[in-house]
Amino acid sequence: MAAEELPSEFDVVILGTGLAESVVAAAFSRVGQRVLHLDRRSYYAANWASFTFNSLLTWIQQHHEEPQPEELHDWSSLLEEGEELIYLSNTDSTSVRNLQVFCFTSEEGEEAEAQSPDAPNTTEEVSAGDAVKETSETESADSKYEETNQKPEEEEEEEQASQTEGEEPEADQPTPTAAQSQSEPTKKKISYAQLVKEGRRFNIDLVSKLLYSRGSLVDLLIKSNVSRYAEFKNVTRILTYRHGQVEQVPCSRADVFASRQLSVVEKRKLMRYLTSCVEETEEQRAYNGRPYLEFLCDQQLGNNLQHFLLHSIAMVTEDTPTEEGLASTRHFLRCLGRYGNTPFLFPVYGLGEIPQCFCRMCAVFGGIYCLRHSVTCLLVEKETNRCKAVIDSRGQRISCSHFVVEDGFVGADRKRLATPTRFLSRAVLITDGSILPSNSDQQVSMITVPPVAAGCPTVKMVELCPSTMTCMPGTHLVHLTCQSVGSAFEDLSPVVTRMFRTPQSHDQEKNPSVLWCLYFNMADGSEVKGHDLPSNVFVTFGPDGALSHEHAVSQAELIFKKILPEEDFCPPAPNPEDIIYDGENTSTGGEEEQSLQTEE
Amino acid sequence: MHGRVKVKSTAQQEEEKRKEREKKLKIYVAARDACFSKRKEGIWDEGALQITQQLLSSNPDFGTLWNYRREILMHLETVKDEDEVQKIYEAELSFLESCLKVNPKSYGSWHHRDWVSTRLPRPDWARELSLCDRCLSLDDRNFHCWDYRRMVVKMSGVPVDQELAFTDRLIGSNFSNYSSWHYRSTLLPLLHPESPELPSPPRSSLPPSPQTHSHRVCEEQLLKEYELVQNAFFTDPNDQSAWFYYRWLLGRAEREEMISCVFVSREEERVSVAFSRPVNAQSVGLLLVLDGLPQRVEWRSVHPRFKHSPVWICDLPPGTVSDITNEHNLTVHWMEKHTHRDCALYTGRTESWCRDSATDQELFRSELSVEKTSVLQSELQSCNQLQELEPLNKWCLLTIVLLMRALDPLGYEKETLAHFQTLKEVDSTRSAYYSDLCSKFMIENTILKMEYAEVRVFSISDKNLTTLCHLDQLLLVTHINLSSNQLQRLPPQFAALQCLEVLEADNNSIENLEGVYHLPKLEEVLLKNNKISSLADLQPLASCLKLKRLDLRGNPVTRVANVESELAELLPSVSDLLL
Repeated sequence: MAAEELPSEFDVVILGTGLAESVVAAAFSRVGQRVLHLDRRSYYAANWASFTFNSLLTWIQQHHEEPQPEELHDWSSLLEEGEELIYLSNTDSTSVRNLQVFCFTSEEGEEAEAQSPDAPNTTEEVSAGDAVKETSETESADSKYEETNQKPEEEEEEEQASQTEGEEPEADQPTPTAAQSQSEPTKKKISYAQLVKEGRRFNIDLVSKLLYSRGSLVDLLIKSNVSRYAEFKNVTRILTYRHGQVEQVPCSRADVFASRQLSVVEKRKLMRYLTSCVEETEEQRAYNGRPYLEFLCDQQLGNNLQHFLLHSIAMVTEDTPTEEGLASTRHFLRCLGRYGNTPFLFPVYGLGEIPQCFCRMCAVFGGIYCLRHSVTCLLVEKETNRCKAVIDSRGQRISCSHFVVEDGFVGADRKRLATPTRFLSRAVLITDGSILPSNSDQQVSMITVPPVAAGCPTVKMVELCPSTMTCMPGTHLVHLTCQSVGSAFEDLSPVVTRMFRTPQSHDQEKNPSVLWCLYFNMADGSEVKGHDLPSNVFVTFGPDGALSHEHAVSQAELIFKKILPEEDFCPPAPNPEDIIYDGENTSTGGEEEQSLQTEE
Repeated sequence: MHGRVKVKSTAQQEEEKRKEREKKLKIYVAARDACFSKRKEGIWDEGALQITQQLLSSNPDFGTLWNYRREILMHLETVKDEDEVQKIYEAELSFLESCLKVNPKSYGSWHHRDWVSTRLPRPDWARELSLCDRCLSLDDRNFHCWDYRRMVVKMSGVPVDQELAFTDRLIGSNFSNYSSWHYRSTLLPLLHPESPELPSPPRSSLPPSPQTHSHRVCEEQLLKEYELVQNAFFTDPNDQSAWFYYRWLLGRAEREEMISCVFVSREEERVSVAFSRPVNAQSVGLLLVLDGLPQRVEWRSVHPRFKHSPVWICDLPPGTVSDITNEHNLTVHWMEKHTHRDCALYTGRTESWCRDSATDQELFRSELSVEKTSVLQSELQSCNQLQELEPLNKWCLLTIVLLMRALDPLGYEKETLAHFQTLKEVDSTRSAYYSDLCSKFMIENTILKMEYAEVRVFSISDKNLTTLCHLDQLLLVTHINLSSNQLQRLPPQFAALQCLEVLEADNNSIENLEGVYHLPKLEEVLLKNNKISSLADLQPLASCLKLKRLDLRGNPVTRVANVESELAELLPSVSDLLL
């Protein structure tokens, strides 16, 4: 951590490094605004972060700890005439809850287990404890399944907590089991120790999303040249789960041609539907307001195609209105074929890369970054109700014209809570094989799982292969997401049990085994809530449950346009060879004007 | 520190680029001149290799430089040992790879690569093959690469089944690719030939088999191919490549070449011979043996316009067959094909023939085993299914028509006509093509009907005929009725109707009678309401010496001055002229 003081004046101070905040930071910095970008956390990307296996364990650990209430400094001494203080929340404990971790693979030899009391295969939320206990009775012999509410590991927790304050917590974590795993002869199942040892090969996203090839994020990445900081892979196939089977959804022309499960007549009908629905017709308008399912039924496509179109292509539910269903079908089709056989891209090394790419762009244009550095309170001019400055976690007063803050840092007293926060249910599985083996073992799959029973949520599942650099060879990383009905475990474990082999599943010999899994709930950022804050303070919201990134990008653009309505949003960054580096640095008149403005 | 990044203006950038270009051009021109002068001086050293490499890597389409390079390389071959040559050529290959990256469709680069690969002492064909695969994965229709790949496959002897799997892969990723489908059609007969247990038809013996060449691909594989290609045209019925491949699959084998008919007439002392395809009788070794004696005869085609013709005529020496009380045995040998046909002319008969009828030959449909017929039937069903979904798809309609032809030309006549009507409407730019095709099929059907009826009358009136074909099949016809069609001419091929006595062609648009030429038995020509406009158009009729009755009513020619007297002069044999 740099000890020197930060400059005392910025145009924009941004707290939180999630996607929306990072895009805002890049946009401001790009047009010459002085940006200070802070995050209280030790890692970038907030709830959009990607973790190695070991740092994910640390993250889990942190969320089990009691939030240590920081002492509230009284910063009144820094107040100037006519100013008042607004304190920000000093913990971010509300956005993630109900964490449950299960490990279904062997630890290692008995002694190894004894030597590694820190194996965090065992943490569990109290609230769901009963449900888990029930299922644990069916555990199979080789699976490791423990509960450790009763495990008093204060010491160990402290150790981990301290690590998080250092750099790269996963780097030097002592793993006593690692050495032994090497000496073990080839093992069928990848052991927990191996997961830990190869932990750096994992990049486990907290959110699970994909980039639509013609979505606003891809457009933005291209337009701004931020794309040069990232690499992408195509999602190679769209799958769906029906009648207890995983099936491939033929969506491109080549897929339809190659599909084995469709009859030739179905192929024709599907292709015809896909080409015809691009244009809006009188017939379609007649169905406005009526369910899309009804429209599909009347097209006489048959059950197969209806399922594919509704659940996997439009990705809507049975009661979605026709116009909405058609719109998302069209969006899917527009995105198809731009980069590959499916409409989706996935960033190599995980989604957490994307906010970091925007941060990098911001930094290239002079933005200043500090992690583990927060804003404790705002200084507000009473008369104008504008935030004049912020006080950072080190007690420095920093003037700013605008302040952008992630919702999680806003104190509860400032939120106008109308409805209780909605949550998303998430599960992350490390499995030992693909859910639908094919001749290539490097498939990236998007899987839609319609409700397994009435009242259950629709689950979106993304299966990543090692070549996406998100998991170690021999494993696949599976993300499940749905809108919460109950806890993540309650919502998602029925799907996991059906589609994968766990100690709870029966007769699932052919399904891939779950080696390790994590369930948690995360606040749904799609709910935009009102706040009682000064007029030049803007709030961003965390990840939403949608597959796309539209929500975050549109938030960022909206904030940018409110503050700088005249400026271009993320114009293309110039090529390095076109930048003039000579010392003159004479700024244009317009710029001077602007800096004068901001100095007011 | 803060503030906007200074970026060069567009004009600045342009200026920089212009300077850059100028500099490049100077270097390029200097290097080129150096190259040319080196070549003039006959310098074949590595320095020259280097300098051509520089030039070619920025412009791989400079043919002269590739030639120079080859001269240098050939020279180096003579002075270096094999290992060094190998090294030089390997470097050449990797240089070429970079050229192909600049322009993947450079004629010069691909040609040079071909040349280098064949001269390389120890070629690495696997590497070449994978290079092709990479190129084709970027552009699966790069025909330069396809060409080169064919050479590599040939040189390295890649197994046929691997190549078939290769086409599977390409078709799987994009089936709109003629190259892949075509390649498939060349591989399948090698890998899955027609099963040998089917009796191979005996050659050149009687009765001659209609089809010697078996279906080229065995039935089991054929079924798989039908399924594959159906998947393609059901997925995208507007893609031509799949339909053309399908046509190839459905196509029948080539017919055996043979003499299909020998006709002898006592009165004219003339022999007419019809072949299964147009031949040049003067060069194929045609021998006429009459009663055991080879005859020296002059063969001529039915019309002087044809050097190749399916029908040839010769006059026998005067008096050889004219006596009606004599019996004669005639054999025509086609020496080139080791085939022949006999014909006996019995006492009391004025003419005789020996032939295979079109029905015997199943000329107009595929020869099909029962199994294959049922396969075709199910193919027809799937196409009909597709047609229900896509009623206006021309490829589907046309394929249905062809399948119906293959299965039962007469039984499906009505449907066929209806489909042709639709085709002309949905694809109006090709309506003339469809009309001609429909005419062909109608003529085929009429030939079949005539032969079932065992008559020599060919009647096809009011069928919207736009063209005439299969006229060589009508060698024996005495009466032809072509009335009320849309014919514009009686083409030279019409002269094949050597037995024709009556020609009815009222109510057409005929303006040309070129084919009514030397028809020795023709007595009556009815051409009411046509478009014959001048006496010159009637000139060919003068060669038909027996013509007695001519009806020209409703033709423009009737309004020509002195038409009657002119005609009397032109056609002295005509006694019954209607104008």
